[in-house]
Amino acid sequence: MTTTVTAGSMAGTRSGESGLERQRARAAFWFLVPMLAMLAFVAAWPLLRSIMLSLTDADANTIFSGSYEWVGFDNYLRAQERADGTIRWRGVLVDASWWNAVWNTIRFAVMSVTLETILGLLVALVLHAEFRGRGLVRAAILIPWAIPTIVSARMWGWMFNDQYGIINHMLLSVGLIDAPIAWTARPDTAMIAVLIVDVWKTTPFMALLILAGLQMIPKEMYEAAKLDGIHPVRVFFRVTLPLLKPALMVAVIFRLLDALRIFDLIYVLTPRSSSTVTMSVISFQNIREFGDYAEGSAQSTILFLIILVFVTLYIWLGRVDLSGERSR
Amino acid sequence: MTNGLKTAARRSSALAILVALGASAAAAQGVQVTIVSGAVGNAVANFDALVAPWEERTGNDAVLVPMPASTTDQFGQYRLWLAAQNGDIDVYQTDVIWAPQLAEHFVDLTEAATAAGLIEANFPSIIESQTVDGKLVAIPIFTDAPALYYRTDLLEKYGASVPTTWEELTATAQMIQDAEREAGNSEIWGFVWQGNAYEGLTCDALEWIKSFGGGQIIEPDGTISVNNPQAAAALEMAASWVGTISPEGVLAYQEEESRGVWQTGNAVFMRNWPYAYALSNSPDSAVAGKFDVAPLPAGPGPDGRSAATLGGWNVAVSRYSDNQEAAIDLALYLGSAEAQKQRAINEGNLPTIQALYEDPDVLAANPYFARWQEVFLNAVPRPSAPAGEDYNEVSTAFFTAVHNVLSGNTDAASALADLEVDLEDILE
Repeated sequence: MTTTVTAGSMAGTRSGESGLERQRARAAFWFLVPMLAMLAFVAAWPLLRSIMLSLTDADANTIFSGSYEWVGFDNYLRAQERADGTIRWRGVLVDASWWNAVWNTIRFAVMSVTLETILGLLVALVLHAEFRGRGLVRAAILIPWAIPTIVSARMWGWMFNDQYGIINHMLLSVGLIDAPIAWTARPDTAMIAVLIVDVWKTTPFMALLILAGLQMIPKEMYEAAKLDGIHPVRVFFRVTLPLLKPALMVAVIFRLLDALRIFDLIYVLTPRSSSTVTMSVISFQNIREFGDYAEGSAQSTILFLIILVFVTLYIWLGRVDLSGERSR
Repeated sequence: MTNGLKTAARRSSALAILVALGASAAAAQGVQVTIVSGAVGNAVANFDALVAPWEERTGNDAVLVPMPASTTDQFGQYRLWLAAQNGDIDVYQTDVIWAPQLAEHFVDLTEAATAAGLIEANFPSIIESQTVDGKLVAIPIFTDAPALYYRTDLLEKYGASVPTTWEELTATAQMIQDAEREAGNSEIWGFVWQGNAYEGLTCDALEWIKSFGGGQIIEPDGTISVNNPQAAAALEMAASWVGTISPEGVLAYQEEESRGVWQTGNAVFMRNWPYAYALSNSPDSAVAGKFDVAPLPAGPGPDGRSAATLGGWNVAVSRYSDNQEAAIDLALYLGSAEAQKQRAINEGNLPTIQALYEDPDVLAANPYFARWQEVFLNAVPRPSAPAGEDYNEVSTAFFTAVHNVLSGNTDAASALADLEVDLEDILE
């Protein structure tokens, strides 16, 4: 994000625009160069290259030799004339399985982020309270976040197993269900299973970010509210939530970005189930299993654009203050 | 740090250097040949014993790099390595269907295999499947054709005979499952197979469709034949098993998950490859000595027949290998009668060398091999030859459509109609 020189400091220097000031700006630029070069190398170049590949017919046999050709926007949309003269549209933009993946991803992102925000907020409020052993509990709650996704996905895969999984066993023994449920196999429960694991894994992360926000709220606010005899629920909605909003919005952006490009959890837990397949999974499948780098790149480019749209909308709607200007 | 400790540390590091030097000197006598292979059954456990004679003879060292059991996952990784001309892997264990897609990356083994006498010793059809444009891409190490595993004790207990049609299988499985559950065995299921959306489902579904007289997805001449009423009937039958005689979880099962249910004694029937035979008879298996195998059941009607998808694995030598000579030698050894016999006895793999089907040791370990000729007669190849480079996309479109039918998302007829259009798209 761009940073502008704040008005206050401008006012101070405007009168005496000195050589020293310009020198400092130049020095700052040189300090930034390594970082900018790094970003260009690890972020901008791969992004540009995958956009470039999406405009070619690259596949597994030509990708390394560079003998692929430009095809323009054919991977996205192209008209094709059938033998009987009728026109048929082809390409990613009219591919039903791609739109199914888009829909799955958005569904997953919205549901998981909503659940994680609400649960994360609850956990953060509990952890914000003073009690014995708070440090220990704060550390312990981070464990699910610390476990690599592949490991937790495998672990939950075993727990969800229909024959020997502990979840079915527990539900059966308390009588909630009368036959084991094949959680990851059934199209109607596969997404639920994925959501359960993701919420379990990521709620601690949300809780931690929100907790940091809670600790920024001055204690005097609560003391004043207490003296005025305001009901705690009212305090939460009138004091805590508004003051927490900046931190909350940033936390939600992080999660939304993460959720929109979800890959590993779904690839391990419910591989190739059409009810959970996401944009990243389908693009991976095209590139890796079919060796179709062109179409896979087209899909990752659209994925990039979709994330861009989501984040822009979100920042614009929520007026998120990413530069930290207004809160100063 | 005291002086004494320092000296000790110095001495031990000097020792470490000496040991390292000694080790590299020993390794210099032979080269290290790396082979990648999927980890299914006891293939990894048996590998060291399998290659020990070759290592002793040549002084080389064969190192196994185990890969995921799913052939789809393996293929993706291998193609990436090969396309990047990776020299780290010398020998690839390849699926019978990969030859047309990966041919250009492998060494032509025709000469070496001819000199070793492997060409005439093998089944001609298997050699043919690994030959692309006159180039022998890989040497067969074992072949595969699935069978119906059944519990002899349960069939006897309820006076049922071995089913020869799918209809009989459905009825028998349901009857025994109901009776066993009545008797308190709540975990028992009638029939387990491979319903996960992956290459294995292509194999299972091809068998159902072929056995119903519904063709083989794409015929050898390139015609897309999958959209027909027999194929739809076959898929509807399989969909009716899910939740009745097969657990719902079968939709997420690959080979090893179905073997898990079977080997703990919780299934009456299982469709699986021969590797499960030796494992099911191992001492810790709940079904040891209580089962047998038969050809897969046939479909109904005049076109009904038994069908078994032809599987099998081969070894290919990478063109980018740094140790090609040793790698070819290892490939020849793995394809030799000696190694195939070891594999047949210890892993239950079906040899591709015809003479081994009369070998007394092999038959003693696998009495059912003698009957396998019948299964081979019914073997159906997957459409890897007509689909060529697009085989993976064809197979994915097929198993996705089948999986949708099995999980009740669509009915078979419309899924197959859509599939036909998708396949036309892929192949044009």
